[in-house]
Amino acid sequence: MGQTLYRKIVDSHTVFHVDDEHVALYADLHIMNEYTSPQAFAGLAQKNLPVRCPEKQMGVVDHVIPTHPVAVDKRTIMIGAAAQQAANFTRNCAEHGIHLFDVRDHAQGIEHVVAPEIGLIRPGMVVLCGDSHTTTYGALGALGFGIGTSEVEHVLATQTLVYRVAKDMRIVVDGALPRGTTSKDLVLYIIAKIGAQGARGYVVEYAGSAIDALSAEARMTLCNMTVEAGARGALIAPDETTIRYVAERIATDAFVAQWKQFASDADASFDITHRFDARDVAPFVTWGTSPDQAIAIDARIPRLADEPVAQRNASKALDYMGLDANQAIDGLAIDHVFIGSCTNARIEDLRAVADIVRGRKVAPSVRAMVVPGSGMVREQAEREGIASALIEAGFEWRQPGCSMCLAMNDDILQPGQRCASTTNRNFEGRQGRGARTHLMSPAMAAAAALAGRIVDVRKELEHV
Amino acid sequence: MSEHATLTGIAAPLPLNNLDTDQIMPKQFLFGIDKSGLARGVLYDLRFDASGNARKDFVLNRPDYAGARILIAGANFGCGSSREHAVWGLQQAGIDAVIAPSFGEIFYFNAQNNRLLLIALDEAVVAALSALASDAKTNQLTIDVANQRVSTSDGTHYAFDLPQRPKRMFIEGLDMIGMTLADSDAIRAFEAKHEALHPWMKIDLPALRNKQAA
Repeated sequence: MGQTLYRKIVDSHTVFHVDDEHVALYADLHIMNEYTSPQAFAGLAQKNLPVRCPEKQMGVVDHVIPTHPVAVDKRTIMIGAAAQQAANFTRNCAEHGIHLFDVRDHAQGIEHVVAPEIGLIRPGMVVLCGDSHTTTYGALGALGFGIGTSEVEHVLATQTLVYRVAKDMRIVVDGALPRGTTSKDLVLYIIAKIGAQGARGYVVEYAGSAIDALSAEARMTLCNMTVEAGARGALIAPDETTIRYVAERIATDAFVAQWKQFASDADASFDITHRFDARDVAPFVTWGTSPDQAIAIDARIPRLADEPVAQRNASKALDYMGLDANQAIDGLAIDHVFIGSCTNARIEDLRAVADIVRGRKVAPSVRAMVVPGSGMVREQAEREGIASALIEAGFEWRQPGCSMCLAMNDDILQPGQRCASTTNRNFEGRQGRGARTHLMSPAMAAAAALAGRIVDVRKELEHV
Repeated sequence: MSEHATLTGIAAPLPLNNLDTDQIMPKQFLFGIDKSGLARGVLYDLRFDASGNARKDFVLNRPDYAGARILIAGANFGCGSSREHAVWGLQQAGIDAVIAPSFGEIFYFNAQNNRLLLIALDEAVVAALSALASDAKTNQLTIDVANQRVSTSDGTHYAFDLPQRPKRMFIEGLDMIGMTLADSDAIRAFEAKHEALHPWMKIDLPALRNKQAA
């Protein structure tokens, strides 16, 4: 019996078996941010333990950093508690010899944008980080997943994690994504189909012609959000697209032949397989407060279920969102547009936004903000004329960070404000208490910014 | 037998699916550099209104549930963000166990590492427990961890699964880092072999950045 890609990565990183279910899994790279690491460093200090492999750690200040459009070398955290947290992180990294992308570093950005773009993510690796969206790295054939702070401490001390091996799920998507849809629409479609816990307990391997056709960055969006279906990881076997992406960043020639081995064998067996047709995907928008509460732009919000808990959940979500069952989502007025996050703030995302808004204007009723994923993305967008197109259209062009995806800085919505957002979570209070988040693709968010309401980007594209 | 082997207390029903860690511990409570001060943040928007006043109708604010030690929750409890603050906060607020049909995965492991007991039971059983917990006269539960059963005030017992490892972690409390470090030789040997076999996986970030800057 052949092996899945997932099992190959786990086997190749198993230091020893802890028991029937658990292995000590070796981490090739461990990424940290300022808010989920402090107690881990404190734990090490308390136990008087060193960081085992400082060179395999990466630190970046991303969650609490403000994104005001000041020069990079003037960036300053003004909120006291956040500034203290960042300073504590700087001290911890310095003390242990860990490379930190600090507040005024030109390459600072969102951890899951920075790590791949500087060439740290390579096929077959295990990458851990105290952040759930670490699943992003599956896009390059690396197993990434989020861990808690106790586990961050364990990785710092041992470079391993006591890991319960997950089950194998395969999601095959064949066919071509229709014009006006992206991997963001695809992942929202998949999550809506399988549910917010549809992949709980599994690592998902994506395959099929629709996946093959995606760019490396589009694959990052897909793998990033697979955690919103509860998955413990997401993987796409390395192919020419992967090799090209990595080879643009590091010298790879000697290794490429070996990368091809990181694929599921033809006779590998999966615990479950889902099949979808990319031609069924339309621009998707969330209507509720869980990422699986999503519909096609031309669909209506579902009627309430009969089952009591599901019914309570849906009516609570609708109440929070100020919407009704069976209501259309197309035409819904918005107050805010947020283009950003580890899901959708890479250069291709910003190009997609610029293509739609170039030469046009953001609706006067809307505040629209673009927060690039990293300093490198920001600089590239400026070189390509994307930044000027966005600014001319009326977008705020900000410095990088997690920003309004989770509103741990001062980019926060007011109660009742409705936001078209390219982020990953529409949870209650995520973008601010009482704020109403609609997840969608960058192109859809761009179209919403122009119209001042949620609209079908496919109609916009008729004019482009 | 450890004091952790059984647990008796008031159970509070919270029958919502996908109650994510953003709701369990909102962002404004995540700025600490230690684990303290998180009790106030637990389920903040559900417990307090926009002016910061306790919502009288919310279960954990009702006198009948003062001192609750157990939550009876919906499916996929603790999904979303990896923030371990959600677990620390629940414990600081006096919660020692959560019973639900299923749990978010990262939350599940975070709970294990802090000895917050998570018990997964069939949806129908959780619904029955939730119904009992909704009545102040029957909201006491006993959880016998060693024998893996939940007992209600009417004398009904429900068996639950608890794999060996989380069970030991809960009852004994394990020094995870110490146990792994005891195998340091194995880690060293693995590392040498792994890096020889997969040289591109060997990361040296400071060296890479120096090279990229040159």
